[in-house]
Amino acid sequence: MRITCPHCGERDVGEFAYYGDATKHRPDGSSELAAFIEYVYPRDNPAGPHRELWYHVGGCRGWLVVNRDTRSHEIFGVETAHDRRAEGARNAVAANP
Amino acid sequence: MSTTSTGMEGTLSRRDASPPATSAQQPARLASGGLIDRTTTLSFRFDGRMLSAHPGDTLASALIANGVKLVGRSFKYHRPRGILSAGPEEANALVELRSGARREPNTRATVVEVFDGLEAASQNRWPSLAFDMMAAGSVFSPFLAAGFYYKTFMWPAAFWEKVYEPLIRRAAGLGRAPEGIDPDHYEKAFAFCDVLVIGSGPAGLMAALSAARSGARVIVCEEDFRLGGRLLAERGSIGNETALEFVRRVEGELRSFPDVRLMTRTTLFGTYDHGTYGALERVNDHVALPPPFEPRQRAWRIVAKRCVLAAGALERPLVFGNNDRPGVMLAGGVRTYINRFGARPGRRAVVFANNDDAANVIADLHAAGIEIAALVDPRSTASPSIVALAEKSGARVIAGGVVTRVLGGHAVRAAEVRAADGRTRRIACDLVAMSGGFSPNVHLATHLGGRPVWNETIAGFVPGQAPRLMSIAGAALGTYDLARCLEAGAKAGAEAADAVGFQTRPAAIPTVEPQGSAVTPLWRVRGHRGKAFIDFQNDVTDKDVELAEREGFRSVEHLKRYTTLGMATDQGKTANVNGLAVMAEITDRSIPQTGTTTFRPPFTPVAIGALAGHARGKEHRPTRLTPSHDWASAQGAVFVETGLWLRAQYFPQGGDRSWFDACNREVNAVRSRVGVCDVSTLGKIDVQGTDAAEFLERIYCNSWRSLAVGKVRYGLMLREDGFVFDDGTAARLGPDHYLMTTTTANAAAVMQHLDFCHQVLWPDLDVGFVSVTEQWAQYAIAGPKSRELLEAIVDPNHDISNAAFPYMACGEVTVLGGLRARLFRISFSGELAYELGVPCRYGDAVIRALMQKGQSLGVAPYGLEALNVMRVEKGHAAGAELNGQTTAQDLGFARMMMMSKDFIGRALSQRPALLEADRQVLVGMKPLDPSARLTAGAHFVPLDAPVNAENDQGHVTSVAFSPSLNLSIGLGLLERGRERLGERLRVVDALRGTDIRVEVCPTCFLDPDGARLRA
Ligand SMILES: [Zn+2]
Repeated sequence: MRITCPHCGERDVGEFAYYGDATKHRPDGSSELAAFIEYVYPRDNPAGPHRELWYHVGGCRGWLVVNRDTRSHEIFGVETAHDRRAEGARNAVAANP
Repeated sequence: MSTTSTGMEGTLSRRDASPPATSAQQPARLASGGLIDRTTTLSFRFDGRMLSAHPGDTLASALIANGVKLVGRSFKYHRPRGILSAGPEEANALVELRSGARREPNTRATVVEVFDGLEAASQNRWPSLAFDMMAAGSVFSPFLAAGFYYKTFMWPAAFWEKVYEPLIRRAAGLGRAPEGIDPDHYEKAFAFCDVLVIGSGPAGLMAALSAARSGARVIVCEEDFRLGGRLLAERGSIGNETALEFVRRVEGELRSFPDVRLMTRTTLFGTYDHGTYGALERVNDHVALPPPFEPRQRAWRIVAKRCVLAAGALERPLVFGNNDRPGVMLAGGVRTYINRFGARPGRRAVVFANNDDAANVIADLHAAGIEIAALVDPRSTASPSIVALAEKSGARVIAGGVVTRVLGGHAVRAAEVRAADGRTRRIACDLVAMSGGFSPNVHLATHLGGRPVWNETIAGFVPGQAPRLMSIAGAALGTYDLARCLEAGAKAGAEAADAVGFQTRPAAIPTVEPQGSAVTPLWRVRGHRGKAFIDFQNDVTDKDVELAEREGFRSVEHLKRYTTLGMATDQGKTANVNGLAVMAEITDRSIPQTGTTTFRPPFTPVAIGALAGHARGKEHRPTRLTPSHDWASAQGAVFVETGLWLRAQYFPQGGDRSWFDACNREVNAVRSRVGVCDVSTLGKIDVQGTDAAEFLERIYCNSWRSLAVGKVRYGLMLREDGFVFDDGTAARLGPDHYLMTTTTANAAAVMQHLDFCHQVLWPDLDVGFVSVTEQWAQYAIAGPKSRELLEAIVDPNHDISNAAFPYMACGEVTVLGGLRARLFRISFSGELAYELGVPCRYGDAVIRALMQKGQSLGVAPYGLEALNVMRVEKGHAAGAELNGQTTAQDLGFARMMMMSKDFIGRALSQRPALLEADRQVLVGMKPLDPSARLTAGAHFVPLDAPVNAENDQGHVTSVAFSPSLNLSIGLGLLERGRERLGERLRVVDALRGTDIRVEVCPTCFLDPDGARLRA
């Protein structure tokens, strides 16, 4: 596979480490135990588009969110986890002004 | 009802059928023609016999030119086998090349270039190829039918290993493995291009030409040593040129472009995602030895924006009795040997073909002066033009007929032919050129999961949807007509270039005579006699397919596993479609209903050595050396691998009889005087930023904000699931500046974890960090005289007295007259101890200075063994205790966790199961018998209980012989261990056969109050 890192450009998959589901968000520290269990353990295994975390370990050390089709390996987009997080925060503010 | 005639039609002289005298120079070489250099003669050996060849020959063409027909024995039945094809699909002519450590078994003679001095040998025969004991009686034959792996030799079970398996292995098998480590080099290489063209036949050449003219970067991969593909075996013309002139002209133009790379001897073996391809270049397989500094083979990873697959098609055998006899060949192979190599595969041929390509075979045989005894065409109405051609060539045409079997043992003597009227006659011949139609090479189009679809018109599977970024042209798509192949290639090449931004038009196509390729399938000859092979390499016959069907293995996947059809090194290139079609016929289903053929990489076998490249032996992975490695090496240190690092295990000296003596001596030196240990391999991470303290609070389970500048603290890191991840220390070098250490093993994992936490979880924190592991050389200086030693190298303006620089202090100092260093008063050994960090380029100088200045103090270097003994004596947890299954509570760190803050692992560390009272927790142990030696891995069992899993209460994690206590001591994880101090148990090591009584004790064996640390 080839992954286009927003920092480094298109690179061979060998430079990246796979981490897993990017749709899980760490609960606030004061959350119930159940929320952490939900965060750490259950994972969907979608056959189709999936948001995944990849680590550019052989490059910029950036954590990336890769939108990939698990059946065809087609990649629809890559963004840095940092950007995605910032966007999420903006959306949260927009939703609850 | 068929009748068998008593007489034989035609004659075949004895001289023609027997092998030529060895003295004759290439008796079956045609007088002229072929792409061989007749001015040069090469010598090679086959089964020890000296033969000659010309440059341009393959081993197979040279054997044919020398009149050699029998080249091997088959896998299961040891049947005599000859040469089937002229290409990579070869299933019969598998030979061993070279000898000793360079021996290569199962090499296809059809793709081996002959070089002067080549040694080749037949396989799977004993004592000789002509007289094979295993074939002589065919004693095993009845046992080796389909499914024999699963059915035969099942009882008694004890016989399997000692009797059956060795017998079967001797009977069934192919070549022998090399006899040593491969002495040659292999390398990996990477290439990038706009358009990759796979294959250089008519479609591939035109694709490459069209793309190249656009200015695109083009790579052409051709597995042969010449460009041209099937054109090398064509006598027809293209425009006003011969096929060969055309190839040379196009090749010349391609070579004129700076951005075109023509890679011959390069097999593209795999299609991977996103335009990535694997290819194997046989750089020096065609010479006796690779020249100095050159690899034998090179494994390429090619990344292409677009790809044109022009891999051609493979001819299928026909399935009739004894169709595996030497002398039964694929018709296209026969044409190649005649036209490309000027070699004559026989003197009197029977052509047996179900398609119009027969015309080319007849024309070529005739032109080469080979007698054509008959054209056997199973179609009741053979094409009139072919009939006319055959008759003009003197061949008898048997329309609607079939070859039921061939006669002859080591070579074909005759073909038994059944005509449309059922009458059977024998026709003398020494060559049967067969063609069952063609199968497009869909392999590379299916590696990403594409499923080929059945095309009734060509009677073959064609690629379904091409993989993204790939287009397919020519015979690989089932287009066999030459003009249309050229045209399709030109169009595909232009489109591929266009798709990546190079404006171009397809190259113009010269005029070419149209050719027929009509085919009527004949999947097997009914009523054949003798074994009729479908898969030659695996010895699978049509009867095996029938057996599989009878026993319920009807799906293609089951058929394959049950009969082994399509397995082995050729992966069924000539067999899969015939096998599938015969199964369809037996089960009265259509071919699409029966299944399809998909393939996985590699297209042809790839040596593991080529994939490994230089990464083998010591170079399997990089070796990391600490800055003072050379010094340690000069001291005679024995090194041990820890991850990628080499660390000194111990420093043997004159009086030491073993590592044990050395270790005890080193421990005693530290405990009584002073020792120095290289700890540079510990991970070091420099953390800075206004939120650095907050970051550490969240990363570690214990408290950090309270740590003063100039102090060090032990830190424990959990995983989010609540188990312990890693431990180390962090020093506060400034208000916003920390230096963390990690274990050697986890340095990279911790770095990744920190990156994750910062980028994914808390991007809002103002913190940055970087690994400085390799920037700092670090030495532990431990023992009661360590301060005295340090004072000898730390510049006098720094006060390192106990009052000014107490336990857990840290700070910048200068040493040896101005060298900036970092000093940490931390101790793993339990003694008064320090760690001194210096920029790595001074590491060597500093350790030499420490040793020199410490001489009068009795300093000794110590290694990992002594380090480990001392940490066990102190009860410090290390790798065996931080095993991914222990919690902070298990290790006795419950009170360290600061539950009032959020940190990674906090929530899940409080799961009820992790807080249960009967968890196994860390304890120490001593044997009741002071002479007993504990072993790690032994299990705790109550004194009076039987040794079984039910009574297993935990295990010993670390042991050491403590010279300080003169006792073997250990750490272990024991159920409710902390409540059981003083209790006596057994530790049972079933693996090493020991059973030792121990007393459970606190984890710290030495100086539990830490007086020495603070001295
Ligand atoms: Zn990157």
